[in-house]
Amino acid sequence: MTELDFNWMAGGPQGSGVDAAANIFGRACAYGGLYVYGRREYHSNIKGLHSYFHLRVSTHEVLANVNDVDLLAAFDAETIVRHLGEVVPGGGIIVDKDQLNTNISAIPTLPLELKSTLRRYLESRGLSDRLGDLLEDAKKREINIFQVPYMDLLKQIATKLGIDKLSKIMRTINVLTLGISFGLIDYEIELVEKAIKAFFREKPKIIEMNILAMSLAYEYAKENFSEDFKFKIKSLPVREERILLSGNQAVAIGKVLGGCRFQTYYPITPAADESEYIESHEILKSKIPGENAGVVVLQTEDEISAINMASGAALTGVRASTSTSGPGFSLMVEGLSWAGNNEVPVVITYYQRGAPSTGLPTRHGQDDLRFAIHAGHGEFPRIVLASGDIRECFYDAIAAFNYAERFQLPVIHLIDKALANSFQTFPMFEIKDIKIQRGNILNEEDLRGIEYKRFAFTEGGISPRVFLGTKGGIHWYTGDEHNEFGHISEEADNRTKMMEKRMSKLETIDREISINEKINFFGNEDADNIVVSWGSPKGAIIEALNKLTSEGFNLSFLQVRMVHPIPIQHIKEILQKAERIIDVEMNYSGQLGGIIREKTGISMDFQILKYNGRPMTSTEVYNAIKLVLQGRAPKRQVLNYGS
Amino acid sequence: MALSWTDFKTDVFIDWCPGCGNYGILTALQMTLAELGLEPHRVVLVSGIGCSGKLPHFVKAYGVHTLHGRVLPFAQGIKIANPSLEVIAIGGDGDGLGIGAGHFVNAGRRNVDITYLIHNNGVYGLTKGQASPTLKLNLKVKSIPKPNLNEGMNPIILAIAAGYTFVARAYAYDTKHLKEILKQAIRHKGLALVDILQPCPTYNDINTKEWYAGLDRIDPKTGKPMSRLYKLEEIDYDPTVHNPDEELDKKIAAIEKAKEWGDKIPIGIFYKNELVPAFHERIAKRMPFYLSSPPAKQIIHDSNNSPAIYIDEFLEELKMT
Repeated sequence: MTELDFNWMAGGPQGSGVDAAANIFGRACAYGGLYVYGRREYHSNIKGLHSYFHLRVSTHEVLANVNDVDLLAAFDAETIVRHLGEVVPGGGIIVDKDQLNTNISAIPTLPLELKSTLRRYLESRGLSDRLGDLLEDAKKREINIFQVPYMDLLKQIATKLGIDKLSKIMRTINVLTLGISFGLIDYEIELVEKAIKAFFREKPKIIEMNILAMSLAYEYAKENFSEDFKFKIKSLPVREERILLSGNQAVAIGKVLGGCRFQTYYPITPAADESEYIESHEILKSKIPGENAGVVVLQTEDEISAINMASGAALTGVRASTSTSGPGFSLMVEGLSWAGNNEVPVVITYYQRGAPSTGLPTRHGQDDLRFAIHAGHGEFPRIVLASGDIRECFYDAIAAFNYAERFQLPVIHLIDKALANSFQTFPMFEIKDIKIQRGNILNEEDLRGIEYKRFAFTEGGISPRVFLGTKGGIHWYTGDEHNEFGHISEEADNRTKMMEKRMSKLETIDREISINEKINFFGNEDADNIVVSWGSPKGAIIEALNKLTSEGFNLSFLQVRMVHPIPIQHIKEILQKAERIIDVEMNYSGQLGGIIREKTGISMDFQILKYNGRPMTSTEVYNAIKLVLQGRAPKRQVLNYGS
Repeated sequence: MALSWTDFKTDVFIDWCPGCGNYGILTALQMTLAELGLEPHRVVLVSGIGCSGKLPHFVKAYGVHTLHGRVLPFAQGIKIANPSLEVIAIGGDGDGLGIGAGHFVNAGRRNVDITYLIHNNGVYGLTKGQASPTLKLNLKVKSIPKPNLNEGMNPIILAIAAGYTFVARAYAYDTKHLKEILKQAIRHKGLALVDILQPCPTYNDINTKEWYAGLDRIDPKTGKPMSRLYKLEEIDYDPTVHNPDEELDKKIAAIEKAKEWGDKIPIGIFYKNELVPAFHERIAKRMPFYLSSPPAKQIIHDSNNSPAIYIDEFLEELKMT
C-alpha cells in the first residue's frame, strides 16, 4: 500500500461553518481508519472575518501540519486569495462559480496590509483585479479549478425538501464543499454520512438536510470532475480503537479522571472551551457502588476570583483547578503567590497564545515559559509541566494533580493554542495504569492525641495535610510568613526555616519524580546534533527528525516536559555530548534555551524560532534543521509560514 | 457539653490598638459561635488584609487569612466545595468595597450561604489611616493631609442592589446587639452582610465612640447624651420579604433607611429575603447529590488508587470506530 499524505483546507468567513466542515471531514477520514491532524485558525471576531482549518490525512500517524495544501475548499473569494499560494501543483481549488467575477480589491474583510501586497502581486503577473483571472493564472501552475454552481445546488436542495426560501439553507454551503471534496477524492460516502450524523447528533432535524446537500454535491463532483483530480483516498480496516480529540478536550477528560471536582474559569480564548466541555459533562459516572461523582464548574467574575476560589476549594480537600490564558494568568499572580506561601495544591491550566498584552488572542505562541516559572512575588516552589502533544495533555492533566497533592504546591500545566484547538487521532488512552496519588493526608483518627501543625518542619519540606473541617486538626493559613501552626510570624529564625522548608521541596521533587516523567528523548543517544524544545513544536520536530534520520543525518531530540524544576543535571549530561545544539521554540528569545544556559553554562548553538502566531509545520522545521546540519544556517532562523 | 465563648480563644497575642472596635467584634463573634453551638472544627473564618484580617488568628476555629480584597472568592470557594462548613468572611471596608468591590458585587449574584462581616471604620488602619471607600466626601480625619475628594459609598445600598439576601448593620461596641445580628446572619439561608460600624481610635477622629454615643449632643431635658444610633427593631420596620411581590418595596424601604446618617443612624436588619434560591440550591437542582456528595467529600480513587470514575461517556463521542 502506498503512503497517503493528503492536505485539505477549508476556509470562509467566521460563522459560515468552517469548523463544522473540518470536524466532519476529520471524522469521516478517521472512521475510515486514516490518521488526521487538523489545525484551526480564526480571528478574534464573531462573524465575518476569515477563518480556516488545515487538515492532514494519512495512512500513518500524523503529528503536525505540512506547508502544502492539496485541495482548498473555499467558501468565499477571500479564502482563495489568502491561500492560493499554498496549493501545490496538481492540487485543486473548489470555488463558487458565482464568485469568479469578484473584484479582489473590493473584498471588504481583507486587511489593508494584505491588499497592497496582493496588488503588487497581481501587477507583477499582469493580472486584473478579477478573481477568475487569478484562478486562470493558477492553472499555469497546474492547479485544478473546480467551479461549482453552489446556487443551483442550493435550489435543488430547496426543491427536494420543499423549502421556499434559499436563505434557510445557505448555511449548508460548508457541507456542499465537503460533498465536492469527498467526490473529488472518491472517498466512501457512507463514512461521510456517518460523520454528519455524529457531528449533528444533538440537532437531528438538520441531519437529513445536510446529508442531502453533501450527497448532491458528491454526485455533482463525480459526474463533472472525477477524472481531473489525482488524489484518491480509500478507507483502511481499523485494527485498534482510536479517538479524535482536541487539546481542550484531552485536558478536560484528564482532569476529571484525575479527580478534579472543582473548576473555575473566567471566559478567555483559548482556555474557555475546556471548562465549558467539563460543565457539559458535569455529572460523572462513579465506579464505586453507592458513590456519586460530579464536577462543579464555576464561571467567576474575573481571574483573580478564579484562582482564589480554586485555592479556597483546594483547602477543603477537593482537587481544584482553574484554566486561563496569558492575560488571565497575569491577574492570577498574587493568588499564585498566596498558594505558594500556603502550600496549596491547586492546578492552573495555562493556555498560551500570542502575547504581550491582548496580543494575538486567537493565535498561537509559546511566549510565557519564563512568566509561568517566575510569576508571583517572592520565591516559592511550584511545578511547571509543558505538554508536547494532545496525548500528553491528557496524562499531564492527571499528573498535575498528583504532583500538586504529593508536594503541596501550585502546579502550572502549560499548554498553548496549537494544542488547545487542533485535533488529532490517537490510539485509545491507556487508562488501567493511571494512579491517583494524594500525598500525606491526616484524617480525624490520625489526629487523635496529637497537636497538629499544618506547616510542621519536616525532612523534605512536606508537612502532613489536613482538610478544613476535620475534627482535631484546627489550623490557620495566612499570606504572611507564618509559624508551624499557620499563625503570623515575623521572627527571623522562623523565617529562615520556613523559607528553607518550602524551597527544599524542589530538591524533593528532583529526587522523587522519575526522569521519565520530566523529559522525552527521541533518536540516537550519541547523536552529534541535538534539538532541544518544549511544548507543541514536538510533533513537527519528530516528523522532521524522522525524515532527516532516514536521509542519513545524525540527530536526536530532547523534549523538556517538566520545565520547572528543570531536571538540569540530566539535561546537562545529554547536551555536553552534543556537537551542535539546536533550540526550537515558538517565541522571540528562545526562552528554554536561555534557562538551560543560565543553569548549565551550555549555550544553544542554533536557534529556530517562530512568533508569527501560527504553529510550526514539519516542513519548515525540517528545512530549518537541515540547513543547520548542512552547515548553511545562520545562528538564528526565524520561521514565518502560515496565513 | 455546651460551648463557651472561651472555647474559641487562642493564645495568640491580640495586637489591635487599645480601644479598637475590633475587640467588640471578636468577642461578639466568639459568643455567637458558642451560643449557636457550632463546633470549632466546623467553622472556617476567612479574612482579607488589614487589622480585621488578623481576626481568625485569635479564634480557635479553622482560619484562612487571605489576600487584600479577596476574602469573598476564597470564602465562596471553600463553601461551595464543602457546604457543610460554616463559613464566615471577615474584612475591612477598604478590603471589601475598594480593592475587592468587584467580588463584593458579584457575590450578590450567587447568594452563597455564607456570612460576611465588614469592619467599617472609614480608614485604612494598618497603612496608617488613609481614606477608605466609606469615608464621606470632604471629611478630613486626622491621618489624612487634605479633606477626602471621593464620595463615601454605602455598603448597605450596594449590597441590596447587588442581590445580598440579608443586609444588616451593627455597632462594634454594642456587642450584645451585634451578637444577635450575627446569629441571625449565620442562620440566614443565603449571603448575609453585616456592616459593622467600628471606631478606629487611632486614625478616625470623626466617627469616634464618643461621636456615635452622642456625647456632643446633650438632651436638655434629661441632661444625657443622645446616641446617634437607633435600632430598626425598635421602630415599626419589617425587613423581611414574605412573598415575592414585596421584594421591590422592601428593597426601596431598606435603601431609604440606609440613607439616614448623621444624627440618626439606624442599626439592625435592613433587608432579609430567603425566597431567593441560595447557590447550593441552584447547584443541587442540576446535581441532585450535591449536598450529600459535595466536591470535597467525593472519593476520587478506588482501593487500588485507580480513578474512581468511568469516562466512557466522554470517549463515546470521540471514538472513531
